[in-house]
Amino acid sequence: MIELAGVTKSFGANRVLAGVDLSVGRGRSLVVIGGSGTGKSVLLKCILGLEAPDAGRITVDGRDAATGDREAFLACFGMLFQGGALFDSLPVWQNVSFRLLRGALKRPRAEAREIAIEKLRRVGLSPDVADKVPAELSGGMQKRVGLARAIAADPQIIFFDEPTTGLDPIMSGVINDLIREIVSEMGATALTITHDMTSVRAIADEVAMLHGGVIRWTGPVAALDASGDPYVDQFIHGRAEGPIAALR
Amino acid sequence: MRLPLSLLAALGAAVLSGLAAVGRVTLFALATFRHMLSPPFYGREFLVALGNVGWLSLPVVGLTAFFTGGALALQIYAGGARFDAQAVVPQIVALGMVRELGPVLVGLMIAARVTSSIAAEIATMKVTEQIDALVTLSTHPMKYLTVPRVLAGIVAVPLLVGLGDIIGIFGGFTVGVQSLGFNPSVYIRNTWDFLEPLDVISSLVKGLAFGFIATLMGCYAGMRSGRGAQGVGRATKASVEGASVLILAANFLLTGVFFSL
Ligand SMILES: Nc1ncnc2c1ncn2[C@@H]1O[C@H](COP(=O)(O)OP(=O)(O)OP(=O)(O)O)[C@@H](O)[C@H]1O
Ligand SMILES: [Mg+2]
Repeated sequence: MIELAGVTKSFGANRVLAGVDLSVGRGRSLVVIGGSGTGKSVLLKCILGLEAPDAGRITVDGRDAATGDREAFLACFGMLFQGGALFDSLPVWQNVSFRLLRGALKRPRAEAREIAIEKLRRVGLSPDVADKVPAELSGGMQKRVGLARAIAADPQIIFFDEPTTGLDPIMSGVINDLIREIVSEMGATALTITHDMTSVRAIADEVAMLHGGVIRWTGPVAALDASGDPYVDQFIHGRAEGPIAALR
Repeated sequence: MRLPLSLLAALGAAVLSGLAAVGRVTLFALATFRHMLSPPFYGREFLVALGNVGWLSLPVVGLTAFFTGGALALQIYAGGARFDAQAVVPQIVALGMVRELGPVLVGLMIAARVTSSIAAEIATMKVTEQIDALVTLSTHPMKYLTVPRVLAGIVAVPLLVGLGDIIGIFGGFTVGVQSLGFNPSVYIRNTWDFLEPLDVISSLVKGLAFGFIATLMGCYAGMRSGRGAQGVGRATKASVEGASVLILAANFLLTGVFFSL
């Protein structure tokens, strides 16, 4: 259970989050949509404590995210960064099994490698990718390695920042299925950012739209088409005309 | 009236930001020590850093020291000739290399070679969110990135300085024997008899301090890097500037300390 109440964040004069209230139930999948530059990535970083919110409260399972045991807090998280954020000094398999090679979850190297190759297979990458370095991969392949790394230690809470951006339609389908599977079969809680409406419908239990620094609309995915909100309508139909300015 | 006031204000602002930077570096150094003393310790990263700082710096350190030692012998010979004191070449080369030039040259070479590469690497990691990714993977960036590199600096640079001292003396020996007509065994005996343990100790202590400064400044500037390619460029430049100035300042202080012993 992730809960945000009145979260604000500014960078200098740029007020990105202006009081975000949001909650994601345990084992549910929430998709956050919203225009480019509205602060979706910043929102994820605030929950993870990578950016400190200026005000507001963020709790995970009732515990405050900012105070308390950061180790235990982060141990149950997995995060796919928008840019992949792979470690370019390590081969692909060591990226994927990073958590399994050190720290509390440390396994023997051979076993960690096995798990890495299995996770790579799940994101549609063949075992011969395992020994390459990230710089040798295409953008979409790097994204999928990042995804494999996020799920490698079977986290209870997973954040995906644009998991299907830069992927072909078939691969997008594979990834959508994978995220759905992680939520419904492994009972994980997922918070996904995406611009891809096909993904939204495939992944989401609930949808929230971020606009103007606040959650403009939230509701079950089935209610998305009948939201009655002109902002949501413009967004999901991709119209240039509407309340959301094209210049921002 | 206005001009002097604004000049004063600018001066004051520069002093304040300088002091703030000193404070931040000090806090960063304290944090590094704190993380050094608590587990986990990343041995593999330490060994890689040791290779980068120590082993791969050998060629540049060796060449710098050799040429400097050789040039030093020629200068001392020329200077000594003015009052019939050419014979002191071995002693002065040894003293100059061990107490001053060895540590300073190696320190500055490490600042150029190692500090810059550490800063650029960590800054790029920061800019591409790899540092954030480390945190989400339950790995503390100070423990994983800073501690191994700083430890490698503390271990490897004194060894490099010791080696640089020897190679520099050898450079002076080569020039002395080849072109200044010194007898090889006399040259070596004069060097050996002249040097005292304190000379060597001061050399190695300086190496330790410079290794710490060089690696710490690389990590510090990298971790504080701004966004984008420009941020990486600025961080790299700032790291080398900071490390070089601090190394020379520390050299001045340490020389004073050993001078008074
Ligand atoms: N570290 C930072 N420093 C300054 N400004 C920042 C920083 N991080 C984000 N911003 C600003 O915050 C705003 C929101 O950025 P964010 O990356 O969250 O957008 P986003 O909604 O994820 O967009 P996209 O869909 O394009 O990824 C932008 O205006 C950006 O310039
Ligand atoms: Mg984003």
